[in-house]
Amino acid sequence: MPRLKLFIPVIVFLALAVMLWRGLYLDPRTLPSVLIDKPLPEFSLRTVELGDRVLGKADLPDEPFLLNIWGSYCLPCLQENPILMAAARDDLVPIVGVNYKDKLNLAQLWLEDNGSPFEFSILDESGRLGIDLGVYGAPETFVVDGNGVIRYKHIGVIDYETWEDEIMPAIAAVKAESRQ
Amino acid sequence: MIKSLFGVSAAALSLLILFGVSLGLQGVSMSAHAAVDTFEFATEEQQQRFRRMSDEFRCPMCQNTSLTGSNGGVAEDLRREIYLMISDGKTDEEIEQFMFERYGDFVFYKPRLQWTTILLWFGPLLFFLVGGWLILGIVRRAKPQEKEPVVLNKEEQERLRDLLDTVKDRD
Repeated sequence: MPRLKLFIPVIVFLALAVMLWRGLYLDPRTLPSVLIDKPLPEFSLRTVELGDRVLGKADLPDEPFLLNIWGSYCLPCLQENPILMAAARDDLVPIVGVNYKDKLNLAQLWLEDNGSPFEFSILDESGRLGIDLGVYGAPETFVVDGNGVIRYKHIGVIDYETWEDEIMPAIAAVKAESRQ
Repeated sequence: MIKSLFGVSAAALSLLILFGVSLGLQGVSMSAHAAVDTFEFATEEQQQRFRRMSDEFRCPMCQNTSLTGSNGGVAEDLRREIYLMISDGKTDEEIEQFMFERYGDFVFYKPRLQWTTILLWFGPLLFFLVGGWLILGIVRRAKPQEKEPVVLNKEEQERLRDLLDTVKDRD
């Protein structure tokens, strides 16, 4: 028994070392979203495309869709646009934009220049809808199911890898579920 | 004469520079607060609460700054939300709940007391107690152990006396 006691410092050291070693590889930017499995917040806002028409939650697609937070100032949004465009072109999933803390004319110009993968883009000039969505900067992308419940959230740019490994599986899971 | 005049003006100049620098510094520290102070509060107490809360919430975008110290877009918006809620007469708990529902535990610089944070809160105390217990053990063991008094029986006493006597005789 006293022999075993001798090893306590080694055991404590090993436990701490393993913990701290793992900590080195944790990404502090991947914050768990508290909004997973919560319904989308209510809103009533205009859009980039539809002039003075005010949309609300009821105007969102009633099938699984992507909600993509973007802005004309946001370089990573430009980077992920071709992927979203391809997804929209192939009718993989409807994509709704949230134009986050941007100016209407700049947003319209950006869509003209780069093409729009969006059904429409909700105009969130004040960033108030962004706060309700727990957004902290564009780009962010939510997978929303047909009942308007948030099922998955990706923070940051979507590249081909994240599209294949994260977004598509999340969409597929939600779609499979709604088919049952 | 000229030399001393020069000395005086040099001293005056350095004083002026010092004064200017301190003024400049003051300007800097004031502008750092200015971002917070653009809101008008009904009472001093509300303003204090606003200051305290925006110090205690962490900016979600910039990771290691409070809402007060951050110029990030979200931080600005969240400060405005807090201002509006305080003006609306919301309690601290309601505002904390608002932040939690959107940004989770991450936004609290002072983590809430719950199962997942119990080690965070009481870990230091645990380390202190375990350490104290170990030190106590070591100190106790290191104490010189008192010897039991030696008790001789009759035979032994006689042998001892004989031995002592022989030593004495030898002298």
